[in-house]
Amino acid sequence: MLGLSKKDASLLITVAVLVALAPIFLNPFPENSALSQFNAGYPDLMQRFVIFGIFAIGFNILFGLTGYLSFGHAAFLGAGSYAGVWMLKLLTINVIPAILISTVVAGLFAILIGYISLRRSGIYFSILTLAFAQMSFALAASVLTPITGGETGLQTALNDPRILDGANEGGNIPAPNFFGLEMGDSLQVSFAGWLWTFNAGYYVSGIIMLISFYVAIRIFRSPFGIMLRAIKSNQQRLNYTGLNTRPYMLACFVISGMYAGLAGGLMVAMDPLAGAERMQWTASGEVVLMTILGGVGTLIGPVLGAGLIKYFENIFSKINSNLLHKWFSFLPDGLEDFVVTIIYPFIGKGWHLTLGLMFMGVIIFLPGGLVELGQRISRSLSKNKNDAAEHKPAE
Amino acid sequence: MGILDIKDVGKRFGGLQALSDVNLNVEENTCHAIIGPNGAGKSTLLNCLIGKLIPDSGSVMFDGQSVLGRTPYEINQLGISRVFQTPEIFGDLTVFENMMIPIFAKRDGAFALDAISDFMSHKDVVEQAENELEEMNMADKRHMHAASLSRGDKRRLEIGMCLSQQPRLLLLDEPTAGMARADTNNTIDLLKEIKEERDITIAIIEHDMHVVFSLADRITVLAQGTPLVEDVPEKIKGHPKVKEAYLGESA
Ligand SMILES: Nc1ncnc2c1ncn2[C@@H]1O[C@H](COP(=O)(O)OP(=O)(O)OP(=O)(O)O)[C@@H](O)[C@H]1O
Ligand SMILES: [Mg+2]
Repeated sequence: MLGLSKKDASLLITVAVLVALAPIFLNPFPENSALSQFNAGYPDLMQRFVIFGIFAIGFNILFGLTGYLSFGHAAFLGAGSYAGVWMLKLLTINVIPAILISTVVAGLFAILIGYISLRRSGIYFSILTLAFAQMSFALAASVLTPITGGETGLQTALNDPRILDGANEGGNIPAPNFFGLEMGDSLQVSFAGWLWTFNAGYYVSGIIMLISFYVAIRIFRSPFGIMLRAIKSNQQRLNYTGLNTRPYMLACFVISGMYAGLAGGLMVAMDPLAGAERMQWTASGEVVLMTILGGVGTLIGPVLGAGLIKYFENIFSKINSNLLHKWFSFLPDGLEDFVVTIIYPFIGKGWHLTLGLMFMGVIIFLPGGLVELGQRISRSLSKNKNDAAEHKPAE
Repeated sequence: MGILDIKDVGKRFGGLQALSDVNLNVEENTCHAIIGPNGAGKSTLLNCLIGKLIPDSGSVMFDGQSVLGRTPYEINQLGISRVFQTPEIFGDLTVFENMMIPIFAKRDGAFALDAISDFMSHKDVVEQAENELEEMNMADKRHMHAASLSRGDKRRLEIGMCLSQQPRLLLLDEPTAGMARADTNNTIDLLKEIKEERDITIAIIEHDMHVVFSLADRITVLAQGTPLVEDVPEKIKGHPKVKEAYLGESA
C-alpha cells in the first residue's frame, strides 16, 4: 500500500486510526467524574500532541538517522511560526499558504544554519546549533521587533491587509480557517455522561501529521535513509566508499528543519500568535527529550514521546495543593500535610522535576524509550503464551 | 608507466619520519605486494593513496591523474577501493545493507537525493548485492547486524564491499589477518579468480607469506619508511636484505 511494506503500512494505518479516534479514547472518564481531569481529549491538548509529534518526527530524521544532535531546532519552529503569522496577516487567513510558507522559510533558514554547523560534528555541532538558536531568539526578542513583535510577540490584527480575503466586514479579527472551516470549530457529542469534542483544527493538524509520518517512513526506507544511517555508523567509511557525506547531511538537516517549520506553522494556524520564547533553548531541549523518551531512531517513538510529555505537562501542571489535600484527606491530618509537602514540588510549576526523573528513569532502564518498553512487554507476553502452549499437552 | 605511480613520497609525524623517498610503480592488472616489519610505514603509504593523509613531499599519480588534493570520495570515484587493516564496515547496518551501499555509490555517484523510493526496489543493486554475498559465502548472514559478525567475516564483508565496486585499483591492508586458515585460502582463491577475470590492479600489504607468494607478481620490501628492494617473488624469498629487515640489523 502506498509503496510501503506490509509492516510499515499496518503501522501507518494504526496511527491513522488512533489519530481519528483520539477524541474518544483520550476521554476515558465521564465528564463529571472525579477523574475527568485526567482526560486529554480536548482540542487544545490534542492539537499539541500531533503538532509536537511532527516536530519530533522531523527531529528524529536528523538525530535518529545520522546521530547528529541538534540543540537548536526551536529556531526553525520559531521561524516557521513568524512566517506563518505574516502570511495570515498579509495574504489570507486561510491556513494553507501559512503552513506552506512556514515550511519553506524554515527550510531556507536551515540551509544557512546547517551549512555552517555541519562543518563540525559531535558536541561541536550541537554547540553551534545551540548558539545559532540562541542568537535567533535574542534577535527575535530585540532588534528584529518590527518583524517579530519583540517580547509581546506577533499576532493577527483587525487592520491587517490580507490581500486575498477582500475587505473585512465584521468587527472581529477573522479566525484562521481552512477554506471557511474555522480551526476553532468543534462538533461536540455527549453520550451517556461522556463528552467528545471533534475539532476542525485537530483534524487538519492530524491529517498533516499523518502525511509527515508517511513521508518519514519513506525517507527511512529509501537509499537516502540508508546513507544517513551509514553516516551514523561510520562516516569515514562512507567517504572512502565514494560518497560525499556533506550534501547528505545538509539535505537531512534541511528536511528536519522543514518539519520543525511545518510544526511552527501549524501552531500559529491553530492560534495565530508567535513569540520569541518559541525559539528558546528549552524548546530545543524539549524535542530532544521527546525523541529520546519515545525511542531514538524508531518511526513511532518520537510521536509517542511528544504525546507523553505534552500529556504529563498538562496534567501535572494542573494539579495544585488544594487538589492534593482533597486526594489525601483520608489520611490523618499530620500525615496528610506531610504527604502533600513531599509531593508538592513535583506538581504545578514543578512538573519539570517529574519530567527530569522520568527522563533519568528511561535513560537508565529503557535506553530504547517507550518503543523498547512496548517491545519488552510484547515479547514477554508472547513468551508467556508460548509457555502456556508448551505446558498444555502435559496437563 | 604503471597505473599507480608513487614518486619521492615522504611523510613525517612529529619527530618520526614514517615515509621517506618512496618510489613505487604498479603495472596495470598486476598484483603488487608490500611487505615489511611492523611500523615500517606500509599502512601510512596506503593512507597517502586514498586521501586519508597528505604526504609532505612527492607525488601520487593514478592513471595519469594526481591523487593528491582530492577528497577521499573523489579518489574512490576514480576507481580506488581500500580494505583497511582493522575492518571498517557499517556495524549498525545489516550485512545486506552494507553490501548495497558501495553499489549505490558506484551506480549513482557521490551524491544522489533519492529519499522516496524503497531501497529494496532497486532490483539491479539488490541483485548485485546478492551475487556478491553469494561469492563471499555470506548469503546466509545477510540479515545479521554487521557488528555481530566474527572478525574474519567482517573482513570478508569488507573485501566483498570493495570488490562490488569493481575498482580498477584495489588496496588491501592485511586482508587475511584474523581469518581462519580455510577462510584465508578461500580469500586467496577469490582474489586470484578476480584477478584473472576482471581488469583489476591489486596492491596488498600482508604478513602471511603464503598469501603473498600465492598472489603477488612483484614484491616491495619496506623498512623504516623506505623501499629496500623490489623484485619478483622468487628473488625476494632468499634475498639477504629482506632477512636483515625482518630479523634486525644484527642478523
Ligand atoms: N597518524 C599517525 N600519527 C602519528 N604517528 C603515526 C600515525 N600513523 C602511523 N604512525 C606511526 O608511523 C609508523 C608507521 O606506521 P604504519 O601504521 O604505517 O606501519 P605498518 O607498516 O602498517 O605497521 P603494521 O605492520 O604494524 O601495520 C609507526 O611508527 C606508527 O606509530
Ligand atoms: Mg599497518
